[in-house]
Amino acid sequence: MKPNTPLQTLLLSLADDELILGHRDSEWTGHAPILEEDIAFSNIAQDEMGHALVWYSLVETDTGRTPDQEAFEREWDSFTCCRFVSYPKGDFAYTIMRQFLFDQAETVRLESFLESSHPGLKEAAGKIIREETYHLMHSQGLVHRLGDATPESRKRMQQATHMAFPQSLGIFEPLEGEAELVSGGVFAGNRSLQAEWLRRIIPVLHSVGLSVPADPGGVRDSCIPDYGGRIRDHNEHLKELVDNLQSVYRSVPGGTW
Amino acid sequence: MSEEEARIWNELGKITDPEIPALTLTEMKVIRSVRVNGKVTVVFSPTYVGCPATAQIMQEIRTCVAALGYREIAIETSFTPPWSTDMLDEDAREKLRMFGIAPPPDDASDIASALELAVHCPSCKSDQTTLESSFGSALCRQIFYCRSCRQSFERIKPI
Repeated sequence: MKPNTPLQTLLLSLADDELILGHRDSEWTGHAPILEEDIAFSNIAQDEMGHALVWYSLVETDTGRTPDQEAFEREWDSFTCCRFVSYPKGDFAYTIMRQFLFDQAETVRLESFLESSHPGLKEAAGKIIREETYHLMHSQGLVHRLGDATPESRKRMQQATHMAFPQSLGIFEPLEGEAELVSGGVFAGNRSLQAEWLRRIIPVLHSVGLSVPADPGGVRDSCIPDYGGRIRDHNEHLKELVDNLQSVYRSVPGGTW
Repeated sequence: MSEEEARIWNELGKITDPEIPALTLTEMKVIRSVRVNGKVTVVFSPTYVGCPATAQIMQEIRTCVAALGYREIAIETSFTPPWSTDMLDEDAREKLRMFGIAPPPDDASDIASALELAVHCPSCKSDQTTLESSFGSALCRQIFYCRSCRQSFERIKPI
């Protein structure tokens, strides 16, 4: 099912990013390397799913389709999350790097929505950005600690950076009908958000000696952004995740607690 | 607020927060307003949008208003302004302390600077405490450790 308007396309891409990353975060519940991180990722997962609910609810005011229908009744190849959030959680270094790159992107995105001409988007951003402050503090703090701790942690964080960076550019994959949203003042547009995001992440990574396969302000030719998610071109990782996510709902359609 | 609205407000003020039973919904400042205009509209403002207690709270609001004899009940969610720990008054903060949860700092408008302030242990009042984790047993709490009485405790996270 394709969204009908550029605004719905934007809202669904936001919601799907949060839902899918939230699910990946929840996979650390009971498995994180230390208890505090187990609790942290369980909290963050809950927050991200809450944010997904807010974005899906805004879609609902337009389409009448409920958040549950969007999350549990769509086929995996109808989701418009970026591919980045769908990849397996990997080791803890990859998890932290992905969360850091995503948290920074989300913050930049929400700041842009604070100026939005769309009242619903603006109101939701004002709420969510406060909660995100804690996510970013957490992931950025761990990038600092792990990026500059032991030879093993440096090695793992560097590997994670090289793997996650090209994937994370997919967050900013252009959306269908985006020009209309930019000219209507709904948000600043992915090109400008990506530029601002690079200005924030590169100094953090460099400060702990992590090299990035890109020049600040522009992406090197050798670094190919992992696009496809926004046009519903996904891979088996998302299929597996969505199968898992929807298994209970689909086993008893319409069931309630 | 009309007399009718005040009556509903008072009844809603008897419902305790499912995660912090020391406080009621009105003390938590999650109920923003009550309007009676043919139907009853309750404006609700969640602490955190992902709070799993939200559905239960909404159900309890509905049951409470229905018990007063109203049929048409709407619960609207509002983020304007977003819920903030700054909204908790001194009475609510004292109830939290008595319950064993440290209250949030008075001013959380800037979260980073709010986290710099000394936190007092709700049991022994010592300020020799350290933040163990900004995430706790619920979305609205963080974990501290008191070096004086050697106990962990939770605090309402400034937001």
